[in-house]
Amino acid sequence: MKIEDILSERIVILDGAMGTMIQRYKLTEQDFRNAALSSHPHPLKGNNDLLSITRPDIIKEIHRQYFEAGADIIETNTFGSTTIAQADYHLEHLVYEINFQAAKIAKEVAEEFTKAQPDKPRFVAGSMGPTTKLASMSPDVNNPGYRAVTFDQLATAFKEQARGLLDGGADLLLLETITDTLNVKAALFAIQELFDEIGKEVPIMVSGTITDASGRILSGQTAEAFLISVSHVPLLSIGFNCAMGAAALRPYLQVLNEKAPFFVSAYPNAGLPNEFGQYDQTASEMAHEVEEYLKEGLVNIVGGCCGSTPEHIRALATVAAKYKPRPIGSTWAPRKTENSTVTYQRI
Amino acid sequence: MSNTNYLQLSGLEAVVITPGSNFVNIGERTNVTGSAKFLKLIKEDKFDEALEVALDQVRGGAQVIDVNMDEGMLDSQAAMVKYLNLMAAEPEIAQLPVMIDSSKWEVIEAGLKCLQGKGIVNSISLKGGEAEFIRQAKLVKRYGAATVVMAFDEQGQADTYQRRIDICKRAYTILVNEVKFPPQDIIFDPNIFPVATGIEEHRNYAIDFFNAAKWIRENLPHAHVSGGVSNVSFSFRGNQKVREAMHSAFLYHAIQHGMDMGIVNPTMLEVYDEIPKDLLERVEDVLLNRREDATERLLEFAETVKGAARKKETDDEWRNATVEERITHSLVKGIIEYIDADTEEARQKYGRPLHVIEGPLMAGMNVVGDLFGAGKMFLPQVVKSARVMKKSVAYLTPYLEEEKKQNGNVGQAAAKILLATVKGDVHDIGKNIVGVVLACNNYEVIDLGVMVPAEKILEAAKKEKVDIIGLSGLITPSLDEMVHVAKEMEHEKMSLPLLIGGATTSRIHTAVKIDPVYSGPVVHVLDASRSVPVASELISTKARPAFQTKMKAEYAAMRKDHEGRQQQKNYLSLAEVRSNAVKINWQETTFTRPQVIGRKELLSFPLAELRNYIDWTPFFQTWMLAGRYPGIFNDAVVGTEAKKLFDDANTMLDTIISNKSLQANGVVAFYPATRAGDDVVLTDDSKNPVATFHFLRQQNKKAKDLPNFCLADFISDEPGKDYFGMFAVTAGIGLEKLVAHHKANHDDYSEIMAKALADRLAEAFAECLHERVRRELWGYAKNESLTKEDLIDEKYSGIRPAPGYPACPDHTEKKTLFELLQAEQAGITLTESFAMYPGASVSGFYFSHPQARYFGLGKIEADQVKDYAVRKGMSVDEIEKWLAPNLSYK
Repeated sequence: MKIEDILSERIVILDGAMGTMIQRYKLTEQDFRNAALSSHPHPLKGNNDLLSITRPDIIKEIHRQYFEAGADIIETNTFGSTTIAQADYHLEHLVYEINFQAAKIAKEVAEEFTKAQPDKPRFVAGSMGPTTKLASMSPDVNNPGYRAVTFDQLATAFKEQARGLLDGGADLLLLETITDTLNVKAALFAIQELFDEIGKEVPIMVSGTITDASGRILSGQTAEAFLISVSHVPLLSIGFNCAMGAAALRPYLQVLNEKAPFFVSAYPNAGLPNEFGQYDQTASEMAHEVEEYLKEGLVNIVGGCCGSTPEHIRALATVAAKYKPRPIGSTWAPRKTENSTVTYQRI
Repeated sequence: MSNTNYLQLSGLEAVVITPGSNFVNIGERTNVTGSAKFLKLIKEDKFDEALEVALDQVRGGAQVIDVNMDEGMLDSQAAMVKYLNLMAAEPEIAQLPVMIDSSKWEVIEAGLKCLQGKGIVNSISLKGGEAEFIRQAKLVKRYGAATVVMAFDEQGQADTYQRRIDICKRAYTILVNEVKFPPQDIIFDPNIFPVATGIEEHRNYAIDFFNAAKWIRENLPHAHVSGGVSNVSFSFRGNQKVREAMHSAFLYHAIQHGMDMGIVNPTMLEVYDEIPKDLLERVEDVLLNRREDATERLLEFAETVKGAARKKETDDEWRNATVEERITHSLVKGIIEYIDADTEEARQKYGRPLHVIEGPLMAGMNVVGDLFGAGKMFLPQVVKSARVMKKSVAYLTPYLEEEKKQNGNVGQAAAKILLATVKGDVHDIGKNIVGVVLACNNYEVIDLGVMVPAEKILEAAKKEKVDIIGLSGLITPSLDEMVHVAKEMEHEKMSLPLLIGGATTSRIHTAVKIDPVYSGPVVHVLDASRSVPVASELISTKARPAFQTKMKAEYAAMRKDHEGRQQQKNYLSLAEVRSNAVKINWQETTFTRPQVIGRKELLSFPLAELRNYIDWTPFFQTWMLAGRYPGIFNDAVVGTEAKKLFDDANTMLDTIISNKSLQANGVVAFYPATRAGDDVVLTDDSKNPVATFHFLRQQNKKAKDLPNFCLADFISDEPGKDYFGMFAVTAGIGLEKLVAHHKANHDDYSEIMAKALADRLAEAFAECLHERVRRELWGYAKNESLTKEDLIDEKYSGIRPAPGYPACPDHTEKKTLFELLQAEQAGITLTESFAMYPGASVSGFYFSHPQARYFGLGKIEADQVKDYAVRKGMSVDEIEKWLAPNLSYK
């Protein structure tokens, strides 16, 4: 069964946070090392992506919990697995292997579940984070023309990551937590090149992050401008994740609902962090907020980002089962919105 | 999802080109091949200044910014990347999509790697063969951009109609079928070449372009047509007047033929309608190849106008004069650039900041005041002078503070005038103008703003120890509020002079209603220019008693005269006038059912479209320039100033439109309606009553065969036959924010301009919407075709009277109107006096009957007031309060 077919029938559930779950294991430096890394001269604790190699048992366990909670898609543990992000740990040389292993173990768990319940096939989305550098903004306020990373550097890094993920068996690629559209454009460019090289394509999901109530992603684009900037690629879905809680995402999902020719996804944080950086929102609170946009028929894919747990995903899955997915393509009707540059229709 | 066949672009904001979009203006000043100034800045590595050029384009109304760095002496690729990265760091510039313009593919590709939004490549073509064309097109698509395709192939540039369409068709087929390039992302440039070159083969260049544009739009679905317009006038380099005329005439025809985007320098464009007829004829002869000697005739004409184009004043001679003369010059001319430096020079020369204000600044403003008084300067200029004055004072303020701290000594205070728009009213353009004029004449103005309750006015007057209170208002209920303020002043035993001004105020109302309730001096001031002499009489302790006595006597005489005339007037009874209603042959009336029953919103209506409906004559009235547009430009006295004002207004409009700093929202609603006496009952389709509107009937004695009008007469009394419409529109959403910015800059000129434009746009919206109602929404005049002048002269069928205005002066009917429209959904609300907020709003009723006409109600008698009170379910007292100006009795 193809994911596109399932998406047109029902709301699809994505998993929740990886980091939040890993924290529960109270890991030490040793957990982040294996024989090959025993003498790596830099500290590795906190490099969660590495656990797919050093503690695959933990990562598989977390994937399992999310599938049990009702997720249709789980994300690989590869959010920071590019040469650019791994440079912080001096592990650029391991990037392909991390991605490959992460996809491989995720796929193993997914296949276990699909086998046990063939009418609910499970999918693996290769997670591709934004890297640690922005392509269209300068980190130096006194030198606004400077760029810490170039389009070409990003394209090279993303291509390597995507290759590892696809070789390891990822069913989809998920470009997520996008803070700079130029970064994701480089990733899309690289992925298309890779598809040409390997003669195979998988569906691509894109998910941006609206940083605050300004309604813009960090690099300054509005939701609609963001959508237009990535629409040259036939995406599986577009949406938003992270940053704010579910309720705050709603106006931007409305924009996508109205304008996007793709499926729409949302996987917000479990509320906003408290003063200790922890997320307090309960599963039912989050499900309640998400239900608001399910009622409006804004989305096709829901899940959780920072702070969410299998409990949250279970609550979301229960709520989502009650609603129809957002219709795509046929039932769209033009509507006017405030500040719209475009949607004005002659009457 | 948005219509996937629309060209969608983005910078930080989305830009979508729909079939309803206006011509897309591509900014072209950031181009080293087209601008010597820009090239110099880039060559000298002055990128900061070069960014200003882009910013000017944004503010000038460009919707896409073209960047070109193709110059032999430049590292074009490095310059392109550096410039694009800097543009990305300026949010105001980065909001727009970028057009990467280069003949070198490497430069284009490097540029594409800098854009987070969806831009446009300019350009690719079949010049290097199909294989290269396909390779480049695939990459453009992969980078996520649209592209310009030049009509150019292996044989060269297309210069005939046939070659143009052949090449475009071939390119389109390859792009759409082979590359799978989205057709709406293709923009053809079918080559604009110079005409009137004297070369025979060039004679048809413009026509060929027009026809090719038309062919492309008709035969290559969703593709767009663009071009670089200034090429066409290449033969007339140095003759701006002819070039500007050629550009606009060319654009006019090209747009008619389907060109929908273009590289145009807005400062090198004449308004098509303003091209002198003889020049236009010669230009169009050339463009359309209409006569053998077209080129010769245009050349001949060009000789006669050479150099007469809009020459920028760069005469800096006056900078050599003394500092006092320079300050006066800056004030009179409204020049802001040098005032800080000159003020500093004067401060050093005069020693104390106060001496600068009392010396050269006051001397300069006196010159301005004298010129204004003598009718040699006009209001817009005076407001600009005030801006210069304010800037200078702002410069001196820290020094004044410093001085005050040191010796506690403040100079002699100027007379203080308190100004306020009364409670319930939001209109303040006139009040602001009075404020500026007074400030120019050395009064300290304390402006309390709009909707100011009486208590607040009195409290501020006492606290600030003002010398005069000035009240302003535009809507009729404000008249009562002014009476109230006057009574309160009497109650508080104040004796301050009270100035009354604003559109609905009048000498007679002031004499009859306000003057008797206040024992202090009351003066009605007709317009801003009269405020200064009146204020100076009232301030002077010597002149005031005599002036006050004179005014009181004058008003008393007016009251007496008024009373006398009241008794002579002949009014008829309500029963009599009802039997003399408008006679309409309902048997022969065609009723049209509106397309919509119930309400319909039009949010974020395109301002660019409204602009075409602006009636400029009232705009000049706001600025106290008398004359009808466009004839006013030829007026020997105010013509030049009117033109300047008009240009400034249009520049601001460009910015407002491109920045979307104002939003226009509207609501219309239609219902089945039946006349019931002087009321109109609205129902839904199932005949359930929805609401009732109450109208009033003229009661004065009429000449034979003339009816006593009432709006209800225009609706049929047969149930289920007729319909009734209503609307409310605003163009004032965002105005406060826009104005706050100008306020912060002490820029009264721009502030008043912004408000005046918002008012004009709201009126334009009402006009535009009414047309659409007649042709589509109600559709009772589907085939109407009227010019702008016809619209202004109300040559259409049906009317749109506004509650609170002559035909239906009762403001309280707005309550029902707004409830039915749910106008607050469109951001329009009512104050307690039923003024609309934002102020730049218009509302009214639609009557479709061809015999429907505007009229003034005039005075009504007690019998109708009583009847009306019963119909409305209100007390007679209340009705009398709201209809005070229309009562025939006291």
